Amino acid sequence: MSALLDRSKSAARAAWAHQYFRRLIWPLGVLLVLIVVNIAVTGFDFIIPSVHDGRLGGAFVNILRRSAPLLLIALGMTLVIATKGIDLSVGAVYAIGAAIACQWIIGRDQMSLGVVFVAVAIAIAVAAAIGAWNGLMVANFGIQPIVATLILMIAGRGIAQLITGGQIPSVSDETPFVELGRGAVLTIPVPIIIAGVVLAALALLTRTTALGMLLESVGGNPEASRLAGIRSKSITVLVYLVCGLCAGLAGLIGAANLGSADANNGGLWIELDAILAVVIGGTALLGGRFFLLGTTIGVAIIGTLEVTIINIGLSSQWQFTAKAIVVLVVALLQSPEFRAWVAKPLRGKRPGGAPSAKAESTGEEALVK
Amino acid sequence: MSTDTLTERPARSTLFDGLSRYIPIGATVALLVVMYLVGTGNYRNFGEPQVVANLFVNNAALLIIAVGMTFVILSGGIDLSVGSVMAFSAMSCAWLTVEAGIPAETAVAMVLVLGTVSGAATGAVIHYFNVQPFIATLAGLFLYRGLTLQISDRDVAIRDNAFFDWGMERTEFGNVRDGGFSLPNIVFIAGAVVLIAFVVLHYTRFGRGVYAVGGSEQSALLMGLPVARTKVGVYAVSGFCAALGGVVAAFSTKSADPLGGLGLELDAIAAVVVGGALLTGGAGFVLGTVAGVMVMGMLSTIISFDGRFSSWWARIIVGILLLAFILLQRVLARSGEKRKT
Repeated sequence: MSALLDRSKSAARAAWAHQYFRRLIWPLGVLLVLIVVNIAVTGFDFIIPSVHDGRLGGAFVNILRRSAPLLLIALGMTLVIATKGIDLSVGAVYAIGAAIACQWIIGRDQMSLGVVFVAVAIAIAVAAAIGAWNGLMVANFGIQPIVATLILMIAGRGIAQLITGGQIPSVSDETPFVELGRGAVLTIPVPIIIAGVVLAALALLTRTTALGMLLESVGGNPEASRLAGIRSKSITVLVYLVCGLCAGLAGLIGAANLGSADANNGGLWIELDAILAVVIGGTALLGGRFFLLGTTIGVAIIGTLEVTIINIGLSSQWQFTAKAIVVLVVALLQSPEFRAWVAKPLRGKRPGGAPSAKAESTGEEALVK
Repeated sequence: MSTDTLTERPARSTLFDGLSRYIPIGATVALLVVMYLVGTGNYRNFGEPQVVANLFVNNAALLIIAVGMTFVILSGGIDLSVGSVMAFSAMSCAWLTVEAGIPAETAVAMVLVLGTVSGAATGAVIHYFNVQPFIATLAGLFLYRGLTLQISDRDVAIRDNAFFDWGMERTEFGNVRDGGFSLPNIVFIAGAVVLIAFVVLHYTRFGRGVYAVGGSEQSALLMGLPVARTKVGVYAVSGFCAALGGVVAAFSTKSADPLGGLGLELDAIAAVVVGGALLTGGAGFVLGTVAGVMVMGMLSTIISFDGRFSSWWARIIVGILLLAFILLQRVLARSGEKRKT
């Protein structure tokens, strides 16, 4: 079995690398353009990191630091989407994780390292449990992922408010907890380290073991993978668990950075940004394929885009519009139908390119299949 | 093809045929009755007709938007942009009448046309370019919120406008003091929307097409149904309803809030699901959606009458209700599969 896998792997590796590069080149190009625009406006200080108070600073490092929670969530979301699923509840889990940690810490000795560890452990455990619950709903009850996670997306913020009693708990600025968001190890900000470690761990786990291939096969066809001997149910539960865990961790970093947990607005719409980042990174929502590195670039694009809008002198209200344009452009570029429609007049065949003819042809293709 | 959305389509189930397709909507209505009885039993003044009338008054915009969402969900899609479109249309109404000095009637007509056209454009992108509904409407969510904030990032008030005063003019049914109630005009707008939606869904070719496309897009195509027209149509309907929801919201508050309707798409989807519709499409009723909206309205009414519960319990209970209804649908679908094999 493993020999077979190895052989098919090495045979496919060249084609795979080529495809991987092709998928990444568009997002990478967009990111470079954004960076160049920023450098043109604000000078080279944008990209060159500086050291302040034993911590790396500078505009671009700050973008990465602020994007760390989004990256964590987007990485978990990538795995979920690889299995043809989606997790809408991550924003709510983010709020719950933040609420649990802050609420636990403010009731106790804020300086104690033990208290902070327990708070972090509880928050992560609860987040993972919520993720596992989502996974169970999807895998064992056969509920569509969008519905199964919608439940907690709606109820989750209510639960977070229940935990905080409707208040916004603020921790002291001296507690070790805030180091999670503001601290630095060897001058590298802690959020970047955490996100980097999670990225490396997930990439190693999925690309050096068979796990990544199993994920893709579950996303491609859950029933066929089950018949092929893959325990698709446990894999599904596992990816939702990891996604919940990442969301909880992201909530901790966000809360630590702010020093408080806002159950209503913490991580608001982060699920949409995460899905956006995943899609920009080349992972199709149809499942069966995923690109962790692409997702990372997608997150960097979103983070840089927000700063770019301010830097080139547009009001921050442009953020939403810019995101909408990015979503549309990426979605259309990834659509083979759209590319065919655009290319049609260029080829000179059947000028006019009536979309209805296109629809019929896709219908026929489906019938042939 | 494009029916492969984010979700797995469950096997063909009894939810499509026989009496058991009325079980979810029956459960919703039963729940509504139980909630009403609990309310009248526990709280003073809960039994007054005006309490029920207020359910419709407070939820008129949500009701209209949920009706539009019902069309989309029945066809197997989803529309995340409705909350933003609602805010955008309320804001454009306010801006066009207050700042640009356009007559209110013209402004409302323009907004409604714009909502319909933008919905149709979304539907065209979804159908012709095979973009997933989730992503295409996500773009709408960001786009219209952004445009709304660009028009104004502060509340815009509509004062002294005869047309906008019309919306909250009340018609009395009996004397309010002794057992009567009054309804503002926006409720009649919502009622008309529900009525038209009911007739369209159940008695027109377009309506049957919506159910057919939601049941199986490929079968609908093979049967020669106009799949393209239907899919573009449902998003146009949803866009129109969202825009009308915004107009109604402008009527009821006489102002436009740039952050209004935040998360409203979730409420609308929840109302449709609680109303017994299958999120994969093909099964559900527009009257179920009405019941779903009423359940959610009744819930917040009970919470406000009680006073002991905090507002966040409403969200948690809506989540629990969603869970219960989804599990009920699964049980029905499973038992249907067993009986057939």
